[in-house]
Amino acid sequence: MTPLSRVVIGSLLILAWPQAHAADGQKIFTLGGANPAAMACLGCHGADGKGIAAAGFPRLAGLPATYLSKQLHDWRNGSRQQAVMAPLANALSEDEIKAVSSYLAGLPGEPAPGLRRQQIADDPTTRLALYGDWNRQLPGCVQCHGPGGSGVGEHFPPLAGQPASYLVAQLNGWRDGTRSNDPNQLMVGVAKAMTDDEVKAIAAFFANPASPEAKP
Amino acid sequence: MKALMPTLLLLAIGNACATPIAMEDQSQLKVPPAQAAALFVPPAESELPDNAFGKMVREGHALFVDTRRLMPEAVGNGMNCSNCHLDQGRLAHSAPMWGAYPMYPAYRKKNDKVNTYAERIQGCFQFSMNGKPPAADSPQMTALSAYAYWLSTKAPTGVEIAGRGYPDVPAPQGGYDFKRGQQVYRDQCAICHGDNGEGQKVAGEYVMPPLWGKDSYNWGAGMHRINTAASFIKYNMPLGKPGSLSDQQAWDVAAWVNRHERPQDPRLVERSVEKTRLKFHANDGVNLYGQKVDGVLIGQGTGG
Repeated sequence: MTPLSRVVIGSLLILAWPQAHAADGQKIFTLGGANPAAMACLGCHGADGKGIAAAGFPRLAGLPATYLSKQLHDWRNGSRQQAVMAPLANALSEDEIKAVSSYLAGLPGEPAPGLRRQQIADDPTTRLALYGDWNRQLPGCVQCHGPGGSGVGEHFPPLAGQPASYLVAQLNGWRDGTRSNDPNQLMVGVAKAMTDDEVKAIAAFFANPASPEAKP
Repeated sequence: MKALMPTLLLLAIGNACATPIAMEDQSQLKVPPAQAAALFVPPAESELPDNAFGKMVREGHALFVDTRRLMPEAVGNGMNCSNCHLDQGRLAHSAPMWGAYPMYPAYRKKNDKVNTYAERIQGCFQFSMNGKPPAADSPQMTALSAYAYWLSTKAPTGVEIAGRGYPDVPAPQGGYDFKRGQQVYRDQCAICHGDNGEGQKVAGEYVMPPLWGKDSYNWGAGMHRINTAASFIKYNMPLGKPGSLSDQQAWDVAAWVNRHERPQDPRLVERSVEKTRLKFHANDGVNLYGQKVDGVLIGQGTGG
């Protein structure tokens, strides 16, 4: 019940928050920012903030506020490049970034997969996801992104349930340099060490909650 | 003769505590230099037979990578075997199981006797996992031994093959420095292990291990030695970027980590840190146990 009460408390806090602040996270999410160029998030990320998988728009609901805020800042400074998000991020004020990040973080996300996948990995994709390939200095994805790719703390976002095409685009972004905002450059080497086929397979592995690997 | 006296005295003291050590420690000596490329390759998962032995190996693997959760009665902190032995105990220069298993039975200074492999693992549970070791004939020990044995398939017995242990990192000329170590920690380690070495959890279970505090390795673990931690760090950390720290940085940050309190050495002698230091730490590599840092006695333990 702890996660639920946390969500409830979080929601209450967020509901109480706007009164103390100029920027209203929920309003930015549903209607957009003060600047008309800062369009509403829900248009692409869904009314519940859980993304639109078919279009490759990622889930934002329940992601850490620090992570979301950092991404918005990184679109502004160019360390993360994306044609739609960069102008949007530029149109948001600092207060608005803070408010919308906090609001999104408080939205109920996907339940954490809670998977402890300790099996010996017989197939190469599962092996890469769980344990990595140390001949290439590749840690397993879950070693930083948590069991089942559920996300860890403020710096390691969830992979589980994100659209495959979004995950592919991010890995390719690190490979071609359009995304270079990874703390301590932890992702760039990983992404560059992966083959095209592995990028696709790993993205599918985490995108698809029904994949057989997603069971303990 | 004068020079001999202290030595004789020391020997006499040693006699009072334990029988004199008649040989060097076989488990600690002669880690091949890192320059020697590790040639041994443990068997692939696909080679594991689908029979009773294969099943036991799989069980051992599960315990190895998910120790804390699967053996709560034996693990007293937040650590798993795979936290110190990376890549499921396979990785060269990360104390791989294939480098350890074929070296036992071996004499260990730590407990002054010839240890079986099971006894060596019991040491890990007692110190690195701050817990209660499973019995040598327990199903868990059989599984863990079977896994290490399988990883050692075709490895020579009693040969110190390249890649075993953590390669020595020579102590820097000017020693180590806590301040510099703290900076390295903040820049390179805190993102995973937390600002205060507390590690990070998901759903109540550690994903990134705590480096100090009550859920980390205790004062009796090999990793409490600054030299050992420096070796581990230099060759394995940050995860996926081994060798990116200089020798100096590895020593500095190892000293920073190991100046923090952690669970007491379970061998604590008569409740005295000083007596424990003299008996177990005075000749155990470079460590801070029982010493004062900034006026504070190190090694008091985290209590509880």
